[in-house]
Amino acid sequence: MTDTLVKFDRVTKRFGDFTVLKDLDFEVKKGEKVTIIGPSGSGKSTVLRVLMTLEPINEGVVYVDGRPLWHEEKNGRLVPAGEAHLREMRRSLGMVFQQFNLFPHMTVRRNLIEAPVRVLGLSRKEANKRAEELLAMVGLTDQADKYPQQLSGGQQQRVGIARALAMRPQVLLFDEPTSALDPELVGDVLKVIQQLAEEHDLTMLLVTHEMDFARQISDRVCFFDQGTVCEEGPPEQIFKTPKNQRTREFLHAVLHPNE
Amino acid sequence: MLFGYAWDTSSNWAFAVSILPILLQGMIVTLEATVLGFFIAAVLGLIFAVLRAVPLRLVSWPTIFIVEFFRDTPLLIQLFFLYFVLPEYGLLLPAFLTGAVALGVQYSAYTSEVYRAGLEAVDRGQGEASRALNLPPAHTFIKIILPQAIPRIIPALGNYLISIMKDVPVLSVVTVVEMLNVAKIIGDRTFQYMIPLTMVGALYLIMTLLASYLVRTLDNRLPTQGIPLK
Ligand SMILES: Nc1ncnc2c1ncn2[C@@H]1O[C@H](COP(=O)(O)OP(=O)(O)OP(=O)(O)O)[C@@H](O)[C@H]1O
Ligand SMILES: [Mg+2]
Repeated sequence: MTDTLVKFDRVTKRFGDFTVLKDLDFEVKKGEKVTIIGPSGSGKSTVLRVLMTLEPINEGVVYVDGRPLWHEEKNGRLVPAGEAHLREMRRSLGMVFQQFNLFPHMTVRRNLIEAPVRVLGLSRKEANKRAEELLAMVGLTDQADKYPQQLSGGQQQRVGIARALAMRPQVLLFDEPTSALDPELVGDVLKVIQQLAEEHDLTMLLVTHEMDFARQISDRVCFFDQGTVCEEGPPEQIFKTPKNQRTREFLHAVLHPNE
Repeated sequence: MLFGYAWDTSSNWAFAVSILPILLQGMIVTLEATVLGFFIAAVLGLIFAVLRAVPLRLVSWPTIFIVEFFRDTPLLIQLFFLYFVLPEYGLLLPAFLTGAVALGVQYSAYTSEVYRAGLEAVDRGQGEASRALNLPPAHTFIKIILPQAIPRIIPALGNYLISIMKDVPVLSVVTVVEMLNVAKIIGDRTFQYMIPLTMVGALYLIMTLLASYLVRTLDNRLPTQGIPLK
């Protein structure tokens, strides 16, 4: 139990009358690399956005490192959390966005040092050193003084990954990190993520449509459908011998799109 | 004789030359009213835009109502209200100040819309990325959102500066002696309206062209590095 880092306990999330997550139970262990796959609209992004505190929940409790994310304990009862609690909880979380969401008016360097300086209280020098290490890691050593728009999409996404890592999160969330990229740029980004997965004990939760990639890096694959985990298991099992009919249909549709 | 200058009606040319300094006196008032009115509109509009965005209906709804009210009532009514009604309640402002406030209030409705549109044009992902990095909300607004909104806001504000300038003659009805009013006074006294009015038109043309040029220059100088302006 102690090695569970993220836990959704019967979480329900609605947008108006529409229920996106239905009584969702879902866990991620420390250091685990989990990919979420599933049809469009099944709530994959919502799971990540709830974790990143970008989207509040309606029912249930989300735990991160044993502590409720969206609630605070008051007199033995769980009440909705205030901004201070959310700020504290957010320290363990980082996110890489589908559209990168780099700050376009800042250089790559500024993008990487803004939050470490302002939020973590690093000195400019320390933050800069950290930024340069991370840029080297994602293969962008020479690009620090460019603006995001001067980079290719693949390079921008690698900056996005470096920016999230600069905050040293425990859990890194990726929402379709390569979906906005031209096909020839996908490989470089996936390589960086794979390297991260192999070399670090970082916990990773990844939504992706890249099935080969999911198979390679995941400890576990979760197939989402209509706001719940429909089937989950080791990648070999999910991809080779899916038990659920809907999983089979989905995998068939994405792996053999032309049939 | 006006502002210490006499006019010479011996010929059209002499008349035009002799009233130019008088009209320029009026022009200064026009420019002062424009600048002050614009300043009020720019500040008040920002306040309205921020209040409107407060996620508290007790704050946002009255703001929306007030802005709508300012926008949908004629400038002249607001001007009369400030000039004739407020003194009944003991608030007596000089005509010039009343006029500038009326312009500022009326145009704050438009500028608040400019700010709102400018802020909303910034991608939602920017705020989300900032939140994900745990940057505080005020920092997010000032350092992330605002710098991306400003290059969209400035040109639209500039257009309203010019509109305000062209609305200043309305203030003449509450005795502000701006440029058009000066021309009218000259006309009343000399029975020659065509020359002063034509000159006011020409001076306005020069002022608006100059203002457009300044706004465009400022716009080109703004640091828009990297900001995608659709
Ligand atoms: N802010 C919102 N307001 C209303 N409905 C929303 C909102 N965000 C998401 N939804 C709806 O919730 C459902 C799940 O959205 P979500 O983005 O989690 O799906 P997804 O699995 O990530 O899909 P995709 O593969 O297309 O990214 C969708 O039907 C979507 O239309
Ligand atoms: Mg999605």
